[in-house]
Amino acid sequence: MNLKLTVNGRAHDVSVPDDMPLLWVLRDVLGLTGTKFGCGMAQCGACTVLVDGNPVRSCVRPAAAFAGRAVTTIEGLSAHGDHPVQRAWTEVDVVQCGYCQSGQILAAAALLAAKPRPTDDDIDAAMSGNLCRCGTYQRIRAAVHRAAQLQASLPPSAPSAPAPAAAAAPATPAALAATGRS
Amino acid sequence: MRRDARSAGLSRRAFLKTGAAVGGGLVVGFFVPAGMRRFALAQGAPAQPPVLPAANAFLRIGSDESVTVLLAHSEMGQGIWTTLPMLVNEELDADWSRFRVEHAPAAPAYRHTAFPIQMTGGSTTTWSEFDRYRQVGAVTRALLIAAAAKQWGVAPGECRTANGYVLREGGARGTPDAPGARRASYGSLAAAAAKLPQPASVALKPPADWKVIGKPTRRLDTPEKITGRAVFGLDVRLPGMLTAVIAHAPTFGGKVKRFDPAAARAVSGVRAVFEVPSGVAVAADHFWAAKCGRDALRIDWDPGPHADLDTAEIRESFRRRAGSAGMPAAAAGDVERALAAAPLTAEYSVPFLAHAPMEPLNCTVRRAAGGCEVWTGTQFQTVDQQRVATILGLAPDQVEIHTTFLGGGFGRRANLASDFVVEAAHVAKGLDRPVKVVWTREDDIRGGWYRPLAVHRLEAALDPVAGTPLAWRQRIVTSSILAGSPFTAMIKDGIDPTCVEGASDSPYVTAIPNHRVELHAVDTGVPVLWWRSVGNSHTAFVVESFVDELAHAAKRDPLEFRRAMLVKSPRVWEVLELAAAKAGWGSPPPPGHGRGLAVHESFGSIVAYVAEVSVEAGQIRVHRVTAAVDCGICVNPLGVSAQIESGVAFGLGAALHSELTMKEGRVVESNFHDYRILRLDEMPHVDVHVVRSREKSGGAGEPGTPPIAPAVANAVFALTGQRLRRLPLRLA
Repeated sequence: MNLKLTVNGRAHDVSVPDDMPLLWVLRDVLGLTGTKFGCGMAQCGACTVLVDGNPVRSCVRPAAAFAGRAVTTIEGLSAHGDHPVQRAWTEVDVVQCGYCQSGQILAAAALLAAKPRPTDDDIDAAMSGNLCRCGTYQRIRAAVHRAAQLQASLPPSAPSAPAPAAAAAPATPAALAATGRS
Repeated sequence: MRRDARSAGLSRRAFLKTGAAVGGGLVVGFFVPAGMRRFALAQGAPAQPPVLPAANAFLRIGSDESVTVLLAHSEMGQGIWTTLPMLVNEELDADWSRFRVEHAPAAPAYRHTAFPIQMTGGSTTTWSEFDRYRQVGAVTRALLIAAAAKQWGVAPGECRTANGYVLREGGARGTPDAPGARRASYGSLAAAAAKLPQPASVALKPPADWKVIGKPTRRLDTPEKITGRAVFGLDVRLPGMLTAVIAHAPTFGGKVKRFDPAAARAVSGVRAVFEVPSGVAVAADHFWAAKCGRDALRIDWDPGPHADLDTAEIRESFRRRAGSAGMPAAAAGDVERALAAAPLTAEYSVPFLAHAPMEPLNCTVRRAAGGCEVWTGTQFQTVDQQRVATILGLAPDQVEIHTTFLGGGFGRRANLASDFVVEAAHVAKGLDRPVKVVWTREDDIRGGWYRPLAVHRLEAALDPVAGTPLAWRQRIVTSSILAGSPFTAMIKDGIDPTCVEGASDSPYVTAIPNHRVELHAVDTGVPVLWWRSVGNSHTAFVVESFVDELAHAAKRDPLEFRRAMLVKSPRVWEVLELAAAKAGWGSPPPPGHGRGLAVHESFGSIVAYVAEVSVEAGQIRVHRVTAAVDCGICVNPLGVSAQIESGVAFGLGAALHSELTMKEGRVVESNFHDYRILRLDEMPHVDVHVVRSREKSGGAGEPGTPPIAPAVANAVFALTGQRLRRLPLRLA
């Protein structure tokens, strides 16, 4: 079927199977590989994206369900990797293998948009569905608290939630991704 | 591809059979993982190897002032993307903000310094590269100074370096503004330096002058990992590439009897359906079409020789085996006599475990005339390279390996059969386009190569007066990881060290005058592999739990009891003592909480934990873990702390939740809903205390895992009086 998807503020027309999950449209059709495949059954959170600001497991929901809604992936969270959550992740030195971190960061961004000063219990409730096999959980907790501070110190006009219109669509041509780091 | 099934019949299994086929003709003889470092030390590994590394293989300095370090090892979360550049810069003195990092290709220059292959494992990276990467920095700095001195017509000895510049201070007093003062950036000197001959020797800085080593340093890979730019194997995309998934046999050693590809071919986007040695491949325009195609396949399987596998039966057969003597792995004194009168006995067991890295296994292959390229997150570059070459009829150097970031490894990506890489090579052979082979989580959980199931039978005798241990017998029944693999040569005197490490060399066990550690290595047909900390993942649980049992039997404080046993291992004792002191051992825990402790040495490092637990609604909850670690010289304390936290989480998930079971030859669990790992709300607060040490570096990635299960089990005993001898821990 033909679909209109708005991802990171950019409109896309795609032709995909009816049941194709949003995850695979993002990764295999649009080339936005920052969103990860971990389990395929909404058990690990690696595929978390934001839809209208809310965290969604993109591996189990067909892309068709999101036509016309604002999808934000890790590539679109901030233009320069400086969302308060990303800054806190850097300060606290959270990442290890990094594979789950796109999902962790988006889950944290959604939490902070809803609860600017989350407690440990709030963090546990919001983020225990995002698995990390490296066990970065202690630093994730610390970084969410730090991100709350950073967010609070932003000028009032600055957006704390992703600003889809301002986010430049990242260049991910196939050849670039393929040669990337290797 | 699964390891070839060998004949079944647990009761008759000859242990440590080594005659099985060796894939790809690859035979590598290197020493045991746990003993690697000790072995290297015993060989008198020199501080300065006779031949300096070719600096240009490891380091590039650009005219744009960029400093690019090539890693001979794989970054899988453990932080070497930062640690190895730190070692370079200890000597190079460049601008840290200019550092970039790449994985090196598979090539002889990047062989492990202790072993004849290029690989990442055994927590060896930092200690094995401690000299080489510093030498690379020192050689390069010497060349830059030589280039500057030549350009300025001065002696190299008149020059120094600072933060990416070569400097010469002019005038008699050496002031920077005086006549004759010179300054040139590394980038501006790089081209001239590259033309100079490499010096025959360089002097490395004495430890007293270190500025980088020991400095807490944030990771260099964070920017790309928090923005989605980091390229993992699964993220590789090539023009014209197909994505394939494989229908694997539901039983270990199963084979395709016949299959009907029609329904799979009818799925929109599916381009090819064909048999490969490991099953049936479905290649499509994207993952979703390939997976739907696989779901539509109709396959008749020959279940093979292991169609009756049942973990309950395996455990029972292991228990029976534990009743008879095994091969001795350690022996002293007269255990029979010392155990003659009413010994303390106990039986412990642990299950099969999957590594379950967050990134499912995957591998991309592009064939071209006269060669091929492989993109994958691997821990085993040259092993994989040789296997792919064999399958595609190429020489190894015609196979270019691009190592991507690894979305976790934990040993799974150091596969004895290169299973996921070999499979991709076979799929690529059947296609005329590049292909990425992707495993689903179900493929991963059910795909074998597990931490082996193990049963330990313990017997001990205490001195009736002093309460000190007089005798210890430990019979370990488990499966050999190395038997029949390319690493069979690591088996010494019939003992696969990966089965007994952490027990046969335990400082507790070897301090007991009469002791004996025995092994029954049983092939169950289930492919097994090194899982973060390998044999230590079960031996530490058993040894530290049983020592705790002895302490309570002797009516002694667990810490004091261990002090007496560790008299000849002062370094181990000091780490335990530090953790205990920091945890307030001896003071009462909060109401409703219990404390337990454990210490274990593995991979050249010692880690001790004090765990504080409670039981809520029948569930064990771990609130706090106080950790002490002695890993010798600690290059990056921030990274070591992260690895200890990581080891706690990995080991605690296994201690509380993870277990694979098999019934009628099939793995019951399939995904994270029934193969549970630790979640954020179960993560205890972890305090890490790193011992300041000038001893040679040990590992950091693995040593944090072994002692958490016994620390928690010992805390549960302290709180409830229940001695839990089986993982995962379940209260009665």
